[in-house]
Amino acid sequence: MNDDIASRLESLRPQLLKYARLQLRNTAWAEDAVSETLLAAIEKPQSFAGQSQLKTWLVGILKHKLIDQIRRNSKELSTTSAEDGVDLDDDLFAADGHWRDEPQDWGDPEHVLRQLDFMRVLEACVEHLPGQQGRLFMMREWLELETEEICKELAISPTNLWVMLHRARLRLRECLQLNWFGNAMATTGGAK
Amino acid sequence: MLGPNCREVTRLVLLAEETRLPLRERLAVRFHMLICKACPKFAEQLALMRRASARWRRYSEE
Repeated sequence: MNDDIASRLESLRPQLLKYARLQLRNTAWAEDAVSETLLAAIEKPQSFAGQSQLKTWLVGILKHKLIDQIRRNSKELSTTSAEDGVDLDDDLFAADGHWRDEPQDWGDPEHVLRQLDFMRVLEACVEHLPGQQGRLFMMREWLELETEEICKELAISPTNLWVMLHRARLRLRECLQLNWFGNAMATTGGAK
Repeated sequence: MLGPNCREVTRLVLLAEETRLPLRERLAVRFHMLICKACPKFAEQLALMRRASARWRRYSEE
């Protein structure tokens, strides 16, 4: 492996670490997963042959290393904080079960999803999820694990998982509403 | 006919992101969507979030 590849690997490390931290919510384990990823890449450069993108290849390896870390630390990773237990439902619905405020029209999805700034806001909102909600959301949406797999790896019940993902998605929605859709500048494609 | 209210429908719509709902619940949700103005908007927001997750996943690999 030549110097060029070595420096490209090093330059991608911060991005890999960002996703590893989002997934594990533990810096030491995230750094381990990234080191294992880079080591695997250096030891098996031949498996890169035919892959068009270095980053795509590395993220693929990282996802496997993150699942290894989740298995290794499943007990610690199953713990929940007080914040994880907070339900937004009572804020959203009146006692009779009707919406307190009707959900807003978020506009044309194509227009929204084209904007790089929206991806950054989404990423920040995922980062702001409480620890366990964030881990489970990442396992579901970024690692693309089936719910059965998540329950098995973390030894939690489906009901428990569904409740946590319910909370995570409602929080994410609220964060996006507050930081993107509620901001007229963003939805009209303004400068900020 | 008294179906589920918005709070319950929202729970079911969110649950449908994780697992296939039983026929009975699927029908109750679809029925509610015909008579409710607010819940279809929530469902649209959720659909956008689903597409956003997929886009973000690709963005993380590019």
